[in-house]
Amino acid sequence: MSEIADKVKKIVVEHLGVEESKVTPEASFIDDLGADSLDTVELVMAFEEAFNVEIPEDAAEKIATVKDAIDYIEKQKAA
Amino acid sequence: MFKLDGKVALVTGASGGIGGAIAATLHAQGATVVLSGTREDALKAQAEKLGGERVHYVTANLSDPAEADALIGKAEEKAGKPVDILVNNAGLTRDMLALRMKDEDWDQVLNVDLSSPFRLCRAALKGMLRRRSGRIVNIASVVGATGNAGQANYSAAKAGMVGMSKSLAQEVGSRGVTVNVVAPGFIVTPMTDVLPDAQKEKLQSQIPLGRLGKPEDIAAAVLYLCSDEAGWVTGATLHVNGGMAMI
Repeated sequence: MSEIADKVKKIVVEHLGVEESKVTPEASFIDDLGADSLDTVELVMAFEEAFNVEIPEDAAEKIATVKDAIDYIEKQKAA
Repeated sequence: MFKLDGKVALVTGASGGIGGAIAATLHAQGATVVLSGTREDALKAQAEKLGGERVHYVTANLSDPAEADALIGKAEEKAGKPVDILVNNAGLTRDMLALRMKDEDWDQVLNVDLSSPFRLCRAALKGMLRRRSGRIVNIASVVGATGNAGQANYSAAKAGMVGMSKSLAQEVGSRGVTVNVVAPGFIVTPMTDVLPDAQKEKLQSQIPLGRLGKPEDIAAAVLYLCSDEAGWVTGATLHVNGGMAMI
């Protein structure tokens, strides 16, 4: 697993207070990890801070799963 | 009841009459207070009056968005702990009948009295949400509900503050953070002191409780909304006006 994926996972575990084993790439923040809309906003802000990237609102809306987040950040970092 | 030991409270406009009383009341109940205002000498005097270790001050010009954005961070630096309680009390007036009101009079009042409280709420909420606790009290005015000739800008800002507070209260309620409003009526301050006696009497005659308000009347309402005991009150506007407007 990439460094970015590790870090994303850690942020999700920390913020949502869920078991690490539940934070699979396919896990949906809202459906599987119990996040509400405010959690998803806070997660996006935590990602922005941790990775020093800007995630605009239209991109943030499309980040529904752990994998979505990892992919988006990896793409930003590669660019 | 209403003890604030261990809490950090930021009060804006703390060198004024109402802000000073709010800071003194929260401090007396055990809070560490950070006083904010534009004039350093006035803040320093206020801080010295309160005395002790639980008092800090930060100057900030809230008409500057960047300074408003940075204030929470500065306050936390001074206090050495996160802000648990935010009291948006700073405000200004540029009274003028609408026909003569310039854009800059309108913009400045909306900026300082509505936009800057929003910026402070936004900055403070970030940490409060993470910590799953916090209290925001926004100081509006009776004229936000009743209107007042000559104060189209000020009453619009204060009414806006009520709508903003209700929206924020809905957004953050699930995290145990409350956002409420205190709406003062006519309060005795240096500003009202200079009114002629006849005008003061006229004002008083409109107040069922028969006197103008004191800054401490407002501070007591703020203290309640900042307390743990008010944990089931959010999105509310507490009118403190001697009964002048029963709304």
